[in-house]
Amino acid sequence: MSHGDVEVAALTPPIVARSSATSALGAAALALERDLLLAFRHPSQLVQPLAFFAMVTLLFPLALSPEPARLREVAPGVLWTAALLASLLALEFLFRDDAHDGTLEQYALSGQSLTTLLFAKIAAHWVLTGVPLTLMAPLAALSLGASPSALPGIFAAVLIGSVTLSLIGSIGAALTLGIKRSGALLSLLTLPLALPVLIFGARATQLAMSGGPVVAPLELLGALAVLGTTLAPLAAAAAVRISLE
Amino acid sequence: MAWTWFHRLASPPYVYGVAGRLSPWFAWPAVLLILGGLYGGLVLAPPDYQQGDGFRIIYVHAPSAWMSLMVYTTMAGAAAIGLVWRMKVAHAAAAACAPIGASFTFAALVTGALWGEPMWGTYWQWDPRLTSELILFFLYLGYMGLRAGIEDPQRADRASALLAVVGVINVPIIHYSVTWWNSLHQAPSVMRLGKPSISLTMLLPLLAMLLGFTLLFIALLLVRLRAEVLLRERSSSWTREALLT
Repeated sequence: MSHGDVEVAALTPPIVARSSATSALGAAALALERDLLLAFRHPSQLVQPLAFFAMVTLLFPLALSPEPARLREVAPGVLWTAALLASLLALEFLFRDDAHDGTLEQYALSGQSLTTLLFAKIAAHWVLTGVPLTLMAPLAALSLGASPSALPGIFAAVLIGSVTLSLIGSIGAALTLGIKRSGALLSLLTLPLALPVLIFGARATQLAMSGGPVVAPLELLGALAVLGTTLAPLAAAAAVRISLE
Repeated sequence: MAWTWFHRLASPPYVYGVAGRLSPWFAWPAVLLILGGLYGGLVLAPPDYQQGDGFRIIYVHAPSAWMSLMVYTTMAGAAAIGLVWRMKVAHAAAAACAPIGASFTFAALVTGALWGEPMWGTYWQWDPRLTSELILFFLYLGYMGLRAGIEDPQRADRASALLAVVGVINVPIIHYSVTWWNSLHQAPSVMRLGKPSISLTMLLPLLAMLLGFTLLFIALLLVRLRAEVLLRERSSSWTREALLT
């Protein structure tokens, strides 16, 4: 932990001290604000998953061929594989520092609902990783030969899909708290659960690129996001509690 | 008290004794059913009019695939009981399920690939059921990996139990999204409503194998549960008595 973290932690609003007077939503808003503030003080954490996403996208033209027709064919798969891996990489930052410095423990003891607080953390994580990914994905799609008319569909698919990726990832990240060198295990736990997002996301992208109706896979992505929003914070909170036992 | 039997199941020495007494009652019928089913399936049943003798691998493949799902469900059920009632024996049962389930899943994958060679002309086809089976295998690996990764046994129990519950919610979602993604495989033909579409001489051995595999699982589970209970209770006095008498 660097010196900067301590300063920021001192500047951020002390949730615990105010907990008796704060509503659940107020506490969640404070947690969200704190996470965003901390992240903006460390921009490298934000940039790295994006750079990784761009790198993976770059690998495919180099490995396959620069031929546009061929690239266009594999573009949906490339985009979503890269997005899945990038979101996996970013999961490391979700709980790690807060578990180290005891923030998670304070959250659990604060008297506020841990589920709500974690939901705020997951929301912050999505704003910090999912949204940049969403902004980046259309660019990557263009570079792989998507026509500009396909971009709204791709944008919507990544926007909705990345919500679910953050939610599902939070469960794996919470379960592997306290395990040393948990990277490979985290991917083994998270990737199988994230496959439906990959399937529907890639399908939506494919349809968007071929000019077909995108609505059905988008709706399925939306259903997954709703289900994830309902259940994933509960599971993540249970997992965090287990890690604190 | 109507619930006494349930409370007694929480006692490791009681479960150790009962599991030891019960396991032969499942093991012997399992052996008889499997031998009978194999004889009926491999010798008595007529060759399929399309697939010839190649179809006979179904007598191992279908029961393995069936067990792979059933063991996962049993594991998640035991895990949920362990989470809710904090019952150590239930966690031990869930832990005992995982390697059995992973083995059945592996058997289903291998027999599926062997069946694929004569039927599709290739050992591996990205067909939805084989693909879901492969994903299920990864779910088992993740469960066992998480359990192995956490040093504190109680934390390992609770974290892996949570993962099993999350997994069992996701299994149908993954399965249907994979089916939606691609369907090449023939529709299930055994349990179709109305008259079964395969002949009775083919069906009866299959049912015997299904029941035999189920009983085999229960017998294996009881044996593994005993070992698991002994391992966990190795420092208590009753294990010494149980082992020396």
